[in-house]
Amino acid sequence: MIHLTIQGIEVEVAEGTTVLEAARKAGIRIPTLCYHPDLKPFGSCGLCVCKQEGSAKIIRACSTPAAEGMRIITHDQDLYNVRRTILELTMSTHPSSCLLCTRNNKCELQKLAIEYGVREQPFEVRLAEDRKDRSTGAVVLDPEKCIKCGRCIQVCHELQGVYALEFIGRGDHTTMSPAAKLPLGESPCIKCGQCITHCPVGAIYEQDQTDGLMQAIADPQKVVAVQMAPAVRVAIGEEFGLKPGEVTTKKLYTALRRLGIDYVFDTNFGADLTIMEEGYELLDRIKNNGVMPQLTSCCPGWIAYVEEYYPELLENLSSAKSPMMMQGAVTKTYWAEKAGIDKKNIYSVAIMPCTAKKVEIRRDGEHAASSGEWDVDLVLTTREIARLIASRGLDFKNLPDSEADSPIGEYTGAGTIFGVTGGVMEAAIRTAYYGLTGKELADPEIHLVRGMDEVKRGEVDVESRKVRVAVVHGMANAKGLLDRILEDKKAGRPSDVDFVEIMACRGGCIAGGGQPYGTDDDVRKERTEGLYEDDEKSVKRCSHQNPSIQKLYADYLGEPLSEKAHHLLHTEYKPSPLYKD
Amino acid sequence: MRIVLRNCGSIDPENIDEYIAAGGYKALEKVLFEMTPDDVIGELKTAGLRGRGGAGFPTWMKWNFTKQETDPVKYVVCNADEGDPGAYMDRSTLEGDPHSVLEAMTICGHTVGAHQGFIYIRAEYPLAIHRLEVAMKQAREYGLLGKDILGSGFDYDIEIRLGAGAFVCGEETALLQSIEGHRGMPKPRPPFPASKGLWGKPTVINNVETWANVAQIITNGGEWFASIGTPDSHGTKVFALTGKICNSGLVEVPMGTTLREIVYDIGGGIAHGKKFKAVQTGGPSGGVITEENLDTPIDFGGLQKIGSMMGSGGMIVMDEDDCIVDVAKFYLNFTVDESCGKCAPCRIGGKSLYNILEKITQGHGDENDIKQIEQIAHAMKIGSLCALGQTAPNPVLSTLHYFPEEYKAHIIDKKCPSGKCKKLISYEINPSKCIGCTACSRKCPVGAISGEVKKPHKINGNVCIKCGVCKDTCKFSAIEIH
Repeated sequence: MIHLTIQGIEVEVAEGTTVLEAARKAGIRIPTLCYHPDLKPFGSCGLCVCKQEGSAKIIRACSTPAAEGMRIITHDQDLYNVRRTILELTMSTHPSSCLLCTRNNKCELQKLAIEYGVREQPFEVRLAEDRKDRSTGAVVLDPEKCIKCGRCIQVCHELQGVYALEFIGRGDHTTMSPAAKLPLGESPCIKCGQCITHCPVGAIYEQDQTDGLMQAIADPQKVVAVQMAPAVRVAIGEEFGLKPGEVTTKKLYTALRRLGIDYVFDTNFGADLTIMEEGYELLDRIKNNGVMPQLTSCCPGWIAYVEEYYPELLENLSSAKSPMMMQGAVTKTYWAEKAGIDKKNIYSVAIMPCTAKKVEIRRDGEHAASSGEWDVDLVLTTREIARLIASRGLDFKNLPDSEADSPIGEYTGAGTIFGVTGGVMEAAIRTAYYGLTGKELADPEIHLVRGMDEVKRGEVDVESRKVRVAVVHGMANAKGLLDRILEDKKAGRPSDVDFVEIMACRGGCIAGGGQPYGTDDDVRKERTEGLYEDDEKSVKRCSHQNPSIQKLYADYLGEPLSEKAHHLLHTEYKPSPLYKD
Repeated sequence: MRIVLRNCGSIDPENIDEYIAAGGYKALEKVLFEMTPDDVIGELKTAGLRGRGGAGFPTWMKWNFTKQETDPVKYVVCNADEGDPGAYMDRSTLEGDPHSVLEAMTICGHTVGAHQGFIYIRAEYPLAIHRLEVAMKQAREYGLLGKDILGSGFDYDIEIRLGAGAFVCGEETALLQSIEGHRGMPKPRPPFPASKGLWGKPTVINNVETWANVAQIITNGGEWFASIGTPDSHGTKVFALTGKICNSGLVEVPMGTTLREIVYDIGGGIAHGKKFKAVQTGGPSGGVITEENLDTPIDFGGLQKIGSMMGSGGMIVMDEDDCIVDVAKFYLNFTVDESCGKCAPCRIGGKSLYNILEKITQGHGDENDIKQIEQIAHAMKIGSLCALGQTAPNPVLSTLHYFPEEYKAHIIDKKCPSGKCKKLISYEINPSKCIGCTACSRKCPVGAISGEVKKPHKINGNVCIKCGVCKDTCKFSAIEIH
């Protein structure tokens, strides 16, 4: 352990702790704009500068490791003046039209301006003239607001390994943009939206489509049917002052109804359905010597990544659609027929923790319209639906509970854990075990696929055979594993893994690009616990036990991988160039 | 006294035999067969060699840090990304004596346990690159680079990496980023390159001139080197003397030589009989030295005390015709242009500072400006990530310190005493001197001068573009700047 004093307060910290973290332990917050606990110290904002007693050297608290005997000055009049000047300089290149900004009240720069009591702009204001980039339809870049902290670029390179965003130009002309100032839509961007959740200001945000939902609700012809993803229920409460991880499923059902939505379903049903199709596909590959390993296909960020960076592995991808797309297809076919509603009049909306879902609903042409109409008409992120709920004056915290509509709203614990890393794998194992042995697992909890390790590997005993599994989250972490799979494939060697779950975002969908701001590993942990709690409380914890799923197969689809199931619930993939025309 | 430039001009740089005949590669031989790595570091410590790139960090310490690292892979890097305006010490050394750098880098490799060196040199130096390539080829042929050097069992080689001419890539962390193929942007230190440098491996990085001293120290001993110069700084320093001086060029002088000796004894004084105003040392990171400090002995500490710095050795002499605000603006323009844009204090502060100076030279200055200059400059010094931003305000602060009256003249009186800032001056014809020869009105490119033949002429200030052609044309000194 290391002992040091911060502003005279003695603290003991572990080796490797930075001065910034040590100060937090001493109850002192050093201001930052470029620092983010997910990222390596970058040192661009200049606000965390500190002094050491008896030394003229200035240190950056974010990148300086605490050392034995250090005596750190984090706050004095000089540092206040310096920080204030840097803050005012930063503000001189940032619009002060906070009222019109998506991050109003949730902006880290704004928060510092409030703390420092900045009331006027002493320096000449110079704003970037680059135009907004709406080319992806999911992620909007607004360079005028960018403070060049570099978080988005670091996220895109180091956490996601996508390399869509770069610093372009230098000095005063530095901007954040795809290479050659191409539109983001032509870049390798996978629309995961991690740049959005890591941006300290409002320079990157989701394409707002809330109007689409309200117009559909106002249209008397339209029957609005909504589904919501597992991860939304443990995060949306944060927008209304609840703790991260608080399970708000039933309040959210009520809120959606009070917005005027006609039918409230749950993507967790779609998740259970995905397990049936994807699980049986895996069994089929194992039994019939199919292409191995099988890679999961629920994450649209990951799908975009593999289509760009590993086209050789497309045949390894499960052909099963994502839970959202399955839910959409079933809504406009099975449910529409059951409810006697013309599918043409159904407006199918998905509430997702994800920005990539906004483009997924059109990604694969005819497969996205397997019902004959677009299976999903609109995707709103957690943040967007929270805004709508607030704007309709709904007191979310105190809303009464209600239930999802039947029969495609019922879900098991397996469906709900889709929202965390390892969840799809765990749910699949629960059902695959049953599929291979005809017996239920004694303990449905598969702990080796849980947790925040970047790559989780292990073997699951299924009677006489071992199923070798791997789980990866954070797109950049997939590279090592994928390279290995590809190498084995090229060399004609059998792979050392059978089934791989990959999620683009660190922690899984609970930390998706559409989730409330302020996500870090502490928040991820709480949201994760929320979903596991939802699973534990479920009476049925395996997808194949879901009576509504059983009925869907019995009444409509036949069996998993049937022709009808293939038509409605499976898709295709095609290679995509990194830079599009 | 020549240590760094000992062979420049006297040997054929493309012939390794001439370098060897001049005593070259003796030091390497000594290091490989007669000295332990600790002996080498001890010798450098005795010599007291400090980094010639500008900051003056003790070279032996850098080597020692890297030597102590246990990583089996280490690197040695030569910083040849010379970029100060008017400076060409490193280029001349590499062009005139490339082996002196190769030999030193190999000595370092053996001392710290590295087997690969890189020379990062700007692509704008084609002759230096060519001579390095020739030297490296010859050294390999002679068994002085490559496998089993001189039969010692030590393997070491060097590669050249070309820079695209970004000034910030002279900053060591940015340089290493650039070698790795990334955008040349500094990284926060710690970790220092000595422990985590190129590709995360321990790396010694020294400037060309520092390297050029090493073999001489090994050959002649650390005590010999320490006997030259001042207690603060040992050895010699090469300066690129330019500006309003009679003899411009490279000079190598012992540390402790005064500026007066350099400007007047070596440089031959100010050209065209003009009056000395100031010398800028340390390039865009340094400051001005005025008449009152001309007798300060030049060493690392001495220059810092009077508000400038050694820098890499640019030395630009100014005379009475140079406007000090304009000079500050020139250097700031350079650093603003060369800022990588990563950190806010440098990126925004530098540009804001420049805009204030621009405003002052345009005649729109106000009393608040000086306060704002000092406020921004301080934030840049404390808050910038690398030395480029930390030192960028120096030319402004030092000119402000030594020439406050000249700033006031611009801001309050809206006058430029040296007549440089066009917006603050007007050309007028003194009627008592003008004989009406019409020469000026015929030369004026915009037709701003009118008048009858043999009668005093007049300049229309609204039309005049202040190009000065009339003043140069007039044979009767009738045209004056106000």
